[in-house]
Amino acid sequence: MITVNIKKHLDTAEGVLEAHYELSITDGEFLTLFGSSGAGKTTLLRMIAGLEKPNSGVIDVDGEVWFDSERRINLPPQKRSIGFVFQDYALFPTMSVRENLLFAAENPAQRRTVDKLIDLVELSQLSDRLPATLSGGQKQRVALARALVRHPKILLLDEPLSALDPAMRTKLQDELSLIHSRLGVTTLLVSHDIAETVKLSDRLASVVSGRIERLCPPMEFFSPQTLSGKLQLIGEVLKIEEDFPAIIVTLLVGSSVVRTVLSSAEASELCVGGRAIISTKAFNPILIPLP
Amino acid sequence: MESEFISTMVLTFKLAAVTTVILLIIGIPLASFLVFSKMRFKSIIETIVSMPLVLPPSVLGFYLLLAFSPASAIGSFLTEHGIRLAFSFEGLVIGSVLFSLPFMVHPIQSALSGVPKTIFEASYTLGKSKLQTMMRVILPSIRHGVISGIVLAFAHTVGEFGVILMIGGNIPDETRVASIAIYDEVESLNYALAHQYALTLFVVTFAILLLVYTLNKKSLGEIR
Repeated sequence: MITVNIKKHLDTAEGVLEAHYELSITDGEFLTLFGSSGAGKTTLLRMIAGLEKPNSGVIDVDGEVWFDSERRINLPPQKRSIGFVFQDYALFPTMSVRENLLFAAENPAQRRTVDKLIDLVELSQLSDRLPATLSGGQKQRVALARALVRHPKILLLDEPLSALDPAMRTKLQDELSLIHSRLGVTTLLVSHDIAETVKLSDRLASVVSGRIERLCPPMEFFSPQTLSGKLQLIGEVLKIEEDFPAIIVTLLVGSSVVRTVLSSAEASELCVGGRAIISTKAFNPILIPLP
Repeated sequence: MESEFISTMVLTFKLAAVTTVILLIIGIPLASFLVFSKMRFKSIIETIVSMPLVLPPSVLGFYLLLAFSPASAIGSFLTEHGIRLAFSFEGLVIGSVLFSLPFMVHPIQSALSGVPKTIFEASYTLGKSKLQTMMRVILPSIRHGVISGIVLAFAHTVGEFGVILMIGGNIPDETRVASIAIYDEVESLNYALAHQYALTLFVVTFAILLLVYTLNKKSLGEIR
């Protein structure tokens, strides 16, 4: 059980923000911090890791105090049982894939798990390669495996898939989900990708200007109206074109682009970049598996 | 004559080697300080480190000579403890270290500032101390900067003239290095020997630089 109750002054583009995060994460849970950029998600992750210092508050992990401003406790990152995956992977350039993992190992037992982890992320063929010779997806897998070597109590993922193309992203989401269910490590993910959040997380914490506004299962957050007999898809509005007398709206749903026709009254509340739910009535879905 | 030539060359490269080793030991922490410190007076230290780039060597030599003289506070303290720095090899080492400081610090400093912050942080989150991170992660990845620093500091010390002339003079086997010897031989119209010194310096420094740049290119190629 991880409990966080911390405050921090954030310097954002809109001025100083008094962030206050209150959150508890149960063992083995996959929790996603969801929100627009600049909301303070990454800062929260970095404070849990000990890479940044909160102004006040307490961070407690399984009864072990990692930070307590009143008792003047602030464990350095080295003393915290964490695995951190950075957005830019942060692989050590002069070490091979295996050496990157071995560097993290603290004892012979952990050293023995290195090969298993390399297998788990399907990099056995590439274990002697230097990071610079790997693709983005492969680098991200190395970073993930490296973060798992020390059997951390909590795995912290800072938008780990944001730099990848959609196909690779989907594949790695599946892998991440598989690894989480196999190892059962408590995981905290920073994301602003809806598909990723829905697919991976048990719960979602919506972060808005330095505060956690809602904490609920992701589907409840993205699709609050649960009308039966309807298919609901959530998409991002890409384009709104006027084609008299109707309006054509183009949306991105997952990795597919969908076009739909609306009346101008219906389209009046939509804006480009905003989110929308597409739902259809009297619906008889046909599902065809793809190769 | 021949043995004097050899002992002068040996002294020249001994001075450069000792200076380079000392500079390497102080250069890496100093460069890290200049890159990572948020201290208010950092720019003053940065200026002092860079001063030898623009200051005439005779100015540095002159003040070192004053400091080393038994009439000064530092000099009298040293004399009491039986240390004589003016016109001695040890004095030359101190002068060379100060004078070649920017040539060691600047390449390391610029290589260090190019290392992403997350590389340091990744190592910390994997339980490694600052020292372990520096030795095992950072130094290997900035080795081309360190090698440039070593080469430049070494070559610059071999070629040093003004500071040595001021604080070392021209004592065979103690302070008479090749650049001084060239000047001395030309003064006494002994062009053949001056040429021998000059050509040797030319060839040896060319060979060192060529070797290091070739190795450096190879090791960079490995990473890319």
